[in-house]
This record gives sequence, structure tokens and C-alpha cells, in this order.
Amino acid sequence: MTASAMTRNAVTGRSTSVTPRFSALQRLLHWLMAACILAMLFIGVGMNSTVTPKYLPLVETHKTLGFVILLLALIRLAVRLVVGAPPLPADLPPLIKLGAHLSHYGLYALMIGMPLLGWGMLSAGGYPVVLLGHIQLPAILAPSDALHTVLWNAHFYLAFAFFGLIALHAGAALFHGFIRRDGVLESMASVSAPREATRPGK
Amino acid sequence: MPGTPIRRGDVAKFAIGAAVIAAATGAFAYTAGWLSPGRLTPTRLVAALAPPGGPALGHRRNHAKGICFTGVFESNGKGAELSRAGLLAAGTYPALGRFNLGTADPNAPDATVRVRGLGLQLTAPDGTLWRAAMIDPPFFPVSTPQAFYDLLTASHSKDPEAMKGFIAANPEFGTFVGWAKGAPWTASYAEDAFNSLNAFIFVDASGARHAVRWSYVPQATVTPITDAELTALGPDHLEQEIAQRVASGPQRWNLVITLAEAGDPTNDPSKVWPAGRRTIDAGTLVVQKIEDERDGPCRDINFDPTILPDGIAVSDDPFPAARSAAYARSFNLRTSEVKDYPYNATATTGAKP
Repeated sequence: MTASAMTRNAVTGRSTSVTPRFSALQRLLHWLMAACILAMLFIGVGMNSTVTPKYLPLVETHKTLGFVILLLALIRLAVRLVVGAPPLPADLPPLIKLGAHLSHYGLYALMIGMPLLGWGMLSAGGYPVVLLGHIQLPAILAPSDALHTVLWNAHFYLAFAFFGLIALHAGAALFHGFIRRDGVLESMASVSAPREATRPGK
Repeated sequence: MPGTPIRRGDVAKFAIGAAVIAAATGAFAYTAGWLSPGRLTPTRLVAALAPPGGPALGHRRNHAKGICFTGVFESNGKGAELSRAGLLAAGTYPALGRFNLGTADPNAPDATVRVRGLGLQLTAPDGTLWRAAMIDPPFFPVSTPQAFYDLLTASHSKDPEAMKGFIAANPEFGTFVGWAKGAPWTASYAEDAFNSLNAFIFVDASGARHAVRWSYVPQATVTPITDAELTALGPDHLEQEIAQRVASGPQRWNLVITLAEAGDPTNDPSKVWPAGRRTIDAGTLVVQKIEDERDGPCRDINFDPTILPDGIAVSDDPFPAARSAAYARSFNLRTSEVKDYPYNATATTGAKP
């Protein structure tokens, strides 16, 4: 699929203006986290709408996966700061460019912020934060009704904002990949060998 | 791409991708329960607890009337045979708990509430918690969380046939009604036994699993009374009495663990296990000090019975999960209603020791 996209790009002349891709580590982190975060959002709304026995394993998974996402997000942020990202196409309209930058700040803020809000909310509620059934994390806040309420509401409503932002992000990727065909989708979606090694077909 | 023609195949791919995003959004809405108005959610279950006049804002949505205490759990180590939980190894561990009445009304007169409860939190030296919420009937009124919801709905219904229909569909409730009408009352929390009712799994040091239920059995002499006698003692007698009794000396309950035998129902708390099951007396709960209920140390505790240490786990009993989900909802509601809770208000019920 990627190779054929390349070919098309070559035919349209896009491959000559080569946009560098994200590094293999960044692509791995992106897709791993995409799966984790989508699972997390579904588990979150699912556990809050059931009283069946699956409620308990869902909550336990939600806490454990949330901690994993926090760790991955911090690694990813560090990698991003060191390695950077391919530049956006030069001909992208400034408003879309601004939207692209803002949405990515938002995604990073949510990837790191949501687990912290969840952890803080449980701490403020006086709940033990236990991963995998037996790894107890320390409380990061003292018990407080007011803080619990603020953090719970933030965690709850931002989850829907997160889902919306991901939908927007995926829609934008499709727009780049199939309407603009500007190489932005391929910079993250491609799993093939680096571009230099790909021989564009004519 | 100004000037670049858009290909039909790409438009199709774009459309397929957009359809996938739309489908994922639909699946998300379904998972959240937005497309399933009949699903029993924590929100609906907790809403059903409220009396027709609405819930008492700022209070627990059930077991709203109660009084807090502190003390210790003196484990004698005998429970370690069944569970590797540190709290069942011999030792003395801090206990925090709350005697309560099974009502949504924080001001209900004592004699109007048939079910009494004990919320309890034991803390191990490593900080792990064992929370439990127990009640004094020897069995639960219904078999499933759905039946509990149906009971709440029927009992709040204006339809005179609603309860009849509920009892016809849930015959086990008749046994509970028999207990509620016939069982003697007591004039003190110190004379009540509090039962887990739900079955849990104790996991021992070898990893073997044992299905158990447990009870906190009072050491105090039980003096049966009638509800009329309790009414005559006043609407808030239980709180006043326990405060006085504990002030004059610590009160004790034995933790009696009952082991299931093969075939005993672990998934239905309305079914009592046959007599003669092996029991283990694992230690003593010592209530040393009655604490303020209002703004006291119990206020911010959700006595979620699924907060368990390693060595204790839920069984196939469907109630602990449903209770955990509902208790969280109740906790979220009441902590967001701080302005409605009588913070630092003068206690009208003798809640101070």
C-alpha cells in the first residue's frame, strides 16, 4: 500500500519534494500509543456504563494502561524534543498549519495530562492506586472533596475532547494522504524501508 | 495540492477512511451506553436509590445515616491458613469504620430502618487496604444486581401492583421479608453481627484459593427488643448509645470466616450456605473511639468492598462489582455536593462522643 502510494507520488511529481519521515522509533511509539489510547477511551466509557462483573477488570486495566501510556508519552515527548519532526509541506495554508500545530500540542497535553488527572483524582478521592492488582502507587495528592470533583470532571470531559481530537487527527491524516497527497500521511503511516531505498515506479 | 487532479481511487480511500472514523465514533457512543437506554448503569442504579423526593445532597446515596469510629483489628494469625493477606497474619492493625443504617435518608429515625451496616477499612503496615461494607441480615434480599434495581424501582413505584409483580419474579425476596418481619431488633450497634454476604476468594501462601464469607460477630450480650421498644428510645438512639458505650469501654467483634464446601453457591448472596461449614475465628475488631460523623475521618472514605489486599479477591458473586460501580457513582455525586453537606454544622443527633 505504501509502495503504491509512493508510486503515485512519483507519477504526480510529489516524490521529488521528499518530506522526511518520522524516525522508526517515533512511528513505533505513535502506533503503539494509538492502540493503547483508543483502547483506553473505550474502556473508560465502557466501565462507567456497566455494573456487570466486567466492571472490575475494566477499571484495573484502565489504571494499568493509563500508567503505561503516561510512561510512553513521556518517552515520546523526549524523543520528539531530541529528534524533532518532519516539516509540514511548505504550501500548506497558514491556518491549517496553525491547526496542525495546535492539535498536536493538544494531543501531547492529553496523552500526559489524562493519566495524571486520573492518578490525581484517585489520590484526592482517598482510593489506593493499584496496578495489576498488587503494585501500589503512591498518592500524588492529599484527599480532598473539592479537588476530587474538579479532577474527576476534567478527566471525564477531556476524555470526550480527546476522542474528538483523535477523530479530527485521523480525518486530517486522510485529507493529507488522499486529497492533498502531500506526503504527510506517509511520514507517519509508512512501515516500509526508508524513502531513499524505495525506487519510485514510472 | 493546487493544480494536482484528485483521483477517484483516492477519493474512495478517503471516503472509506472517513466511514471508519464515523463507525468508531458510533462504537464509542454505544460503549458509553448512549444508544442503550435500557442498560443498567451505575448512574441508573444510584438514581433508583433516591426516595421520591430526591436524594439527600452531599450524603452517601445509601446507608446515609451513620456514625464513624476508630480502633484496631487484632489478628490472631489463624486466617493466614486461608489467605496470604498481611492483615490476616498475627498483629494489630489500624481500623476505621462506620456503623450505619440502610437508608437514603440521613435523618431517618432508627426504628424505621430494618437493615444496619458496618463499613470498615483495615490498613496493613505496607499501606495496603482492606475495605468492606457489611450488613446485619443473614442473607441478601435478592440474587442479582438487576433484581436489586427492580426492587428499588418497584418499592418507589406508585403502582400498587409493582411490589407484587416484583415478588412474583423474585421469590427469594419473600425469605428476606420473613426475616425483616420476624427477626428481633437490638438497641445497640454493639449487639449486631455484620455479614459480608458476598462470597470472596481467599488465596493462601501456596496460591490455593478458598471461597469464603465472613461475619463480624459481637462479643457483647445480645438483648432482643421489638421495633416499638426501639422507637420509644428515640430517633437517634443508636448513635447516642454507641458513643456512650464505647466511651465507657472498647467494643469487640470476632471476625468469623466461613469456608464454602464444594457446591455451595458463591454467586448468590441470597442463598445461605448450609449449617456446619468450617469456620475460623481470625481475630477481633476493637472499636476504641467514636468519631465525628460530620467532617470526621469516615466522611471521605468510599467503603468499596472490592478494595482488597493481595490474598483476597472477588469471587463469581456479581454483587461486589456492581457495588463498586455504584459506590463510585455515589462518591462522585456527594463529593461534588460539598456545599450541601452540613460541614461543621452543629450535630443534632448526638454524633459527638
